[in-house]
Amino acid sequence: MSVTSPNNRPEPGSPAVVVAAEHLGLTFGTNDGPVHALSDVNLTINKGEFVSFIGPSGCGKTTFLRTIADLEQPTSGRLLINGMTPQQARETRAYGYVFQAPALYPWRTIEKNVALPLEIMGYSAIEQAQRIKRTMELVNLAGFEKKFPWQLSGGMQQRASIARALAFDADLLLMDEPFGALDEIVRDHLNSELLKLWAATQKTICFVTHSIPEAVYLSTKIVVMSPRPGRVTDIIESTLPLERPLDIRETPEFLAIAARVRDGLRAGHSYEDVV
Amino acid sequence: MSQLQYYLALVAGGLCAAGLALSFATPLETALLLKAFLALGFLSLLRFALPLSLWADGAIAALGAVAVLAGLAALDPAPAFFWMALIATWLFAWLFVERLAAAIRAGRATGFGMVIPLVFGVSILLFWEVVTRGAHVPQVILPPPSQVWTRLIASLPTLWADFQQTFLKAVLAGYIMGCAAGFAVAILVDRSPFLKAGLLPIGNFVSALPIIGIAPIMVMWFGFDWQSKAAVVVAMTFFPMLVNTVSGLNAASSIERDLMRTYAANYWQTLFKLRLPAAAPFIFNALKINSTLALIGAIVAEFFGTPIVGMGFRISTEVGRLNIDLVWAEIAMAAVAGSAFYGVIALVERSVTFWHPSVRGRA
Repeated sequence: MSVTSPNNRPEPGSPAVVVAAEHLGLTFGTNDGPVHALSDVNLTINKGEFVSFIGPSGCGKTTFLRTIADLEQPTSGRLLINGMTPQQARETRAYGYVFQAPALYPWRTIEKNVALPLEIMGYSAIEQAQRIKRTMELVNLAGFEKKFPWQLSGGMQQRASIARALAFDADLLLMDEPFGALDEIVRDHLNSELLKLWAATQKTICFVTHSIPEAVYLSTKIVVMSPRPGRVTDIIESTLPLERPLDIRETPEFLAIAARVRDGLRAGHSYEDVV
Repeated sequence: MSQLQYYLALVAGGLCAAGLALSFATPLETALLLKAFLALGFLSLLRFALPLSLWADGAIAALGAVAVLAGLAALDPAPAFFWMALIATWLFAWLFVERLAAAIRAGRATGFGMVIPLVFGVSILLFWEVVTRGAHVPQVILPPPSQVWTRLIASLPTLWADFQQTFLKAVLAGYIMGCAAGFAVAILVDRSPFLKAGLLPIGNFVSALPIIGIAPIMVMWFGFDWQSKAAVVVAMTFFPMLVNTVSGLNAASSIERDLMRTYAANYWQTLFKLRLPAAAPFIFNALKINSTLALIGAIVAEFFGTPIVGMGFRISTEVGRLNIDLVWAEIAMAAVAGSAFYGVIALVERSVTFWHPSVRGRA
């Protein structure tokens, strides 16, 4: 397992840092005493990377993503997004966020849902229409513009929510277990589509999951986390080629990375604690 | 044929047979129609040998209704077989509705869904009419519906003036002001925890005030005309709107709010694009509750001093003059106006909250 990543896209000069976390800590005060959701997290994410966060529940992977998005405030350490504080980054609309649930507004049609961030950010009607058309095609939802969310399947709803996050062209895409509630077949399909989308848009993607195959299949970098306190136990640079058909998951290289992820999870004593 | 239908048919036919036998005591030519109905009802017992369409039951019930109404004038005092015919009519109507409902459930009589409530309503009116007139119920206790109707038609100008005074002025003005104020205060309360701590208990306090107590005071404050009644309506409608809107504004899920935050949306964008649409089902609940509360409030408030017009005024004075039929006419008008008001709001609700699971299930 190499530490460098020769297969990553060529970057002119030194790679631009999108997310930089130094000694990041976050402690929730609860009635049962403080909960250390994040403790001493050090991580650098470069432009164009696909980073997966994997670990059992309570390891802080979602909290870390929410901290990047300025939905939670760190209690110690430093976090910079594109060289800005998370709040500044949020206010300059630096990222698109895809939640666990589609969170489409049921009173809006699919195209109106995709238009929601565009309306808030003040795009003109013409530009809104162009962007809706483009992103709907990008997630293969053309033809469903006038449907309401509750008329679509779960997989289509989640694709619509991805379209919504893509619509305003933020360079950073934060995805919090977006396919967690979907069945295996739909999930495989959406995973390969997500890779194509990543290749087409050149975005930086942070992806939270608790599925080892999903993490290995998608990522250029896998961050293994463990709970109590939530911390990073291993950072794995993937050696898989960028072109990844679904059957790459049977290759020895893929299985070797998956084994290392599993070892990392075990090293955190995470499952013994939880089960 | 279900067990219930079996016994209904048996009892209705048997009753007709007994009534027919009793009716031979009178000369043949009196109440001929009634006797024809009883004979036909008796013959309907043949259904246990031959199939009888459910529409035949409906037709027999309709004939019974006409015969009983016609017999009212001819037979005085009403003999036993007259009352048996009335009960048999009711049983045939019941049997008809029972069979029609079964046919609709089985998909054999689609499109007749409105017939069932219609038959029910007509049956109630028929019973009311026949019992009050046939048994000579004093008009003060309960006037027959025909008398109420005649009175209603005869006093249309009075009723219209009362309707204008109470509904078009007091109710609508008070309703709009009360709902708007409740809504506006809910937005303020939601914005500031300080106001929430102060204003919600006051709203609660206002709603707990007895309407009987505040109505005379409002008359002192705002005069005898509709303004004082509108003030009572405002006091009544304010609180349901306040409470419902406050909970409605919290109806949006945390994930939906987080989404707005990731867009760096400001307060007003979040309010108009997320929280108010999510609150719409709650707001419409308040509007529906208030539509009936407002009418009650305005009518009761008019008991405590009013110019010589208005639905509440008319009810209180005409009761004193024993014009009970006019009181019933006012009640009928209030019921129709209240239902129509509610219906209009429910219709608007369905078109606005079409996305809500409670609405979108229905076609």
